Amino acid sequence: MNGTLTWTPVCRLDRLEPDRGVAALVDGVQVALFRTADGLFAIDNHDPVSGAYVLSRGIVGSRGDVPTVASPLHKQVYDLRTGRCLDLPGVSVTRHAVRCRDGLVEVRLRQED
Amino acid sequence: MNGDLVVIGNGMVGQRFVDALRARDPHGRWRVTVLAEEGRPAYDRVRLSAFFDGVDADALNLHTPHEGVRLRLGEPATAIDRDRRVVSTATGEHRYDALVLATGSYPFVPPVPGADLPGVFVYRTLDDLAAIREYARGRRAGAVIGGGLLGLEAANALRLLGLSTDVVEFAPRLMPVQVDPAGGAMLRRYVEELGVRTHLGVATTAIRPGPDGAVAALELSDGRTVDAELVVVAAGIRPRDELARAAGLTLGPRGGVLVDDTCRSADERIWAVGECAAVDGTCHGLVAPGYATAEVVADRLVGGAATFPGADTATKLKLLGVDVASFGDAHGTTPGCLDVTFTDPATRVYAKLVLSDDARTLLGGVLVGDASAYPTLRASVGGPLPAAPLALLAPDGGGADAGALPATAQVCSCNAVTRGDVDAAIAGGCADVPSLKACTRAGTSCGSCVPMLKQLLDAAGVAQSTALCEHFDATRRELFEIVRVRRIRTFSRLVAEHGRGRGCDICKPVVASILASLGAGHVLDGEQASLQDTNDHFLANLQRDGSYSVVPRIPGGEITPEKLIVIGEVARDFKLYTKITGGQRIDLFGARVEQLPQIWRRLVDAGFESGHAYGKALRTVKSCVGETWCRYGVQDSVGLAVALELRYRGLRAPHKIKSAVSGCARECAEARSKDFGIIATETGWNLYVGGNGGFRPRHADLFASDLSTDALIQLIDRFLIYYIRTADRLQRTAAWIEAMDGGLDHLRAVIVDDSLGLCADLDAAMAHHVGSYSDEWRDVLDDPERLRRFTSFVNAPDVPDPSITFALERGQPVPIRGGTPTARDDERSGREREPVEAGRRRQQVALGLPEVRR
Ligand SMILES: Cc1cc2nc3c(=O)[nH]c(=O)nc-3n(C[C@H](O)[C@H](O)[C@H](O)COP(=O)(O)OP(=O)(O)OC[C@H]3O[C@@H](n4cnc5c(N)ncnc54)[C@H](O)[C@@H]3O)c2cc1C
Ligand code: SF4
Ligand code: FES
Repeated sequence: MNGTLTWTPVCRLDRLEPDRGVAALVDGVQVALFRTADGLFAIDNHDPVSGAYVLSRGIVGSRGDVPTVASPLHKQVYDLRTGRCLDLPGVSVTRHAVRCRDGLVEVRLRQED
Repeated sequence: MNGDLVVIGNGMVGQRFVDALRARDPHGRWRVTVLAEEGRPAYDRVRLSAFFDGVDADALNLHTPHEGVRLRLGEPATAIDRDRRVVSTATGEHRYDALVLATGSYPFVPPVPGADLPGVFVYRTLDDLAAIREYARGRRAGAVIGGGLLGLEAANALRLLGLSTDVVEFAPRLMPVQVDPAGGAMLRRYVEELGVRTHLGVATTAIRPGPDGAVAALELSDGRTVDAELVVVAAGIRPRDELARAAGLTLGPRGGVLVDDTCRSADERIWAVGECAAVDGTCHGLVAPGYATAEVVADRLVGGAATFPGADTATKLKLLGVDVASFGDAHGTTPGCLDVTFTDPATRVYAKLVLSDDARTLLGGVLVGDASAYPTLRASVGGPLPAAPLALLAPDGGGADAGALPATAQVCSCNAVTRGDVDAAIAGGCADVPSLKACTRAGTSCGSCVPMLKQLLDAAGVAQSTALCEHFDATRRELFEIVRVRRIRTFSRLVAEHGRGRGCDICKPVVASILASLGAGHVLDGEQASLQDTNDHFLANLQRDGSYSVVPRIPGGEITPEKLIVIGEVARDFKLYTKITGGQRIDLFGARVEQLPQIWRRLVDAGFESGHAYGKALRTVKSCVGETWCRYGVQDSVGLAVALELRYRGLRAPHKIKSAVSGCARECAEARSKDFGIIATETGWNLYVGGNGGFRPRHADLFASDLSTDALIQLIDRFLIYYIRTADRLQRTAAWIEAMDGGLDHLRAVIVDDSLGLCADLDAAMAHHVGSYSDEWRDVLDDPERLRRFTSFVNAPDVPDPSITFALERGQPVPIRGGTPTARDDERSGREREPVEAGRRRQQVALGLPEVRR
């Protein structure tokens, strides 16, 4: 396993538009990064339903109190905090750690299910 | 059977017959000519009295034009020659292979002295009502001869016109046909309280003129006289059988064209429908049995075996503000039947149910004062009681919920729709009253069953919330008005002031589209960018593997060889899969986000613009080559298609919009499958609206004919803007029109007759759109800020997305199934590679045939 336990700087915070995702390549892994009013979130860019790497291009929003992103392909909604799919039981995506240091967004990959 | 069909009469039933035949005879095997005595096409006679509530003649219109049906207004038939099989009119003759009589009834005027005086009217046509209104001006005293259904409607009309009103009825009670003595007594109390004097059990013996020779008073059989400067005679109707009689056809015992239960007369080529038909000897004076005869004959003419199902004589009306209903065996004539009655002097409600001798089966009933239980009760006639009698009769109709009805109960008797039919439509996806109406026709005639449709939707657990999503309680249409009127320009303000939460993939694109429709700047500027679907965000169409496709606009499908070459070169250089679309343009597949600006730089330089294939917007206006090349063409269809596509390009809407223009009636461009389609005629253009292909294909309906180009453009402008403003989310034009109260006629009233006074505003909105259009892709290329987001990875702008890889199929690149992961990714977790895609079996299609030559 090659998952890093270190923080990798990705981009300046102002490169992230509010409520819109971007994809980043961290140690060969495609990560979807989001900046919302609830803070920063990072999950896998891989959409487990379609198999395509597109979650960063979904629409960001909320369901109840949960911050969400909807897959742009078939519209399943994911909890940005946990990576859990709110529409399909048992489906989830890996989430990663993300923080902002000195105006720089940093990601730490997670090895978990 | 086919050939020439002549219909005499364009009243309610004649029109329904033509509609029913057209629906069953789509290829037009019957060429139809309709001869109409009245000067205006069919209108809703049942709602005739609404004329005095300010409803104008157009709103009562029932007529829809059909191809292959000629309507000759103001050309009454004068004779039928059965040997030569021709119908004559004042201006000529019409040959027939089949003849349908739909001449209705005429009002019966008792032969009393003075019945022909000026100021004496009947109550049957719009012209009658217009004449009554005219004559009432400046007069004070009115009277009605006849206290039945029609007479009370006429009495109400006189009241509304400001006349004092007396009603003279020969029977001992009002509405003797429909209600029993106790119900009649209750009704009389209501009516007299409104200031209408009733004279029951007396006859009119003479109508007396005043010094000016016009009517002045009624003389009654009890010796009294009643002042009356205006008299309406509503003493019953008689079938109009004069043509049939002169042609030697057999008549019924009390008049009417005698027909059997297939509605065919003694002459096998002649049929009769509606009030003029004596079906097995009986004439029916209500519209529901008339519609049933229309359906029978339409079915027979295309080879069917329908027979008249028997007449439903149930009636419900609101007369002078009083609900009155009567259904089934209202007078209790069945041997051994039992009555349950309920009288409440306080709320002044009277109700009677007639039950079978074992008190189990409902046979009929009368309701006066409160008829809310009527729909359910009527539907239960002949079956078990849906609840205990007293619960059913309780003033709020408490126990009378349609949810208790059996599947065989007829919910809509106007259109013979059972509960089972409605439930099946709900199971098939109908989720609201408009779609049920469209699907089953229930509720489209008298409307009295509409409350039951709602109850059945509730009973089926179909939630009827109109909220857009959890963030907005408003509908799209309401949001549009809020945004437009309050001039809101950001989603965050809208959700803060009129919603809750952070939005979602439902409401954000809706608001984005509303903002775009209202011309709030480039779709990728500021906060708007975060609202867009990925397609609008990258101005390209996301495909299954995460790559995008690119569609440049090719207006009308017309393209020069030079431009065609540019598309070919771009596709070759970027290794794009290339396919001609159904909308007469070219789709280039397999582009990665960072390639999109490079591709568009080349296309824009060659003079291409965005085709908006990614947007809920105008897509294409297809065309056939038309008069320029085609030997049949009668107008320049390509020229018009190009002009329309350029006029409406970039127009954002609740759903995609497609159009087409055909150069003649052969319709090679398939214009009738489009949201708006145009078919050339010798003198102009026919406009069709509300068609679509897709999941639920539908042909567009003829909206207006033989338009000049200017008139056409004006109608389309208004149609589109009104659609954009008022449709629901993802509602295509067809569903939008179906859901509209009043349908196509309402649409016509709004955008042709300007009934809502909106047209100037609609015109201005379109003018604004046309004036402010600019190409979205050119605008992006000109702006480094906007260009910045076209990278696959924010931290590695030069790295192409490694997950997008291709195989070759028939000489072109196509996505590798399941995507090819990077080596790095694969190691990380192999199981991620299996997409969660269940139950689909991909068929092989090669057929072992020779390869296409490349
Ligand atoms: C005020 C009013 C209220 C009513 N309310 C109700 C109600 O609540 N419920 C209900 O069920 N019914 C009601 N009716 C009755 C209902 O309107 C009729 O049952 C229905 O209109 C019958 O349709 P039809 O096509 O047979 O006749 P019509 O609608 O009368 O149409 C017949 C047409 O044929 C034309 N015609 C006749 N002779 C010729 C000829 N020689 N050549 C060409 N054309 C000819 C006539 O001009 C007329 O336009 C009401 C009627 C009136 C007047
Ligand atoms: S619709 Fe008419 S004009 Fe157009 S191609 Fe067909 S036949 Fe020719
Ligand atoms: S009962 Fe008249 S429309 Fe349904």
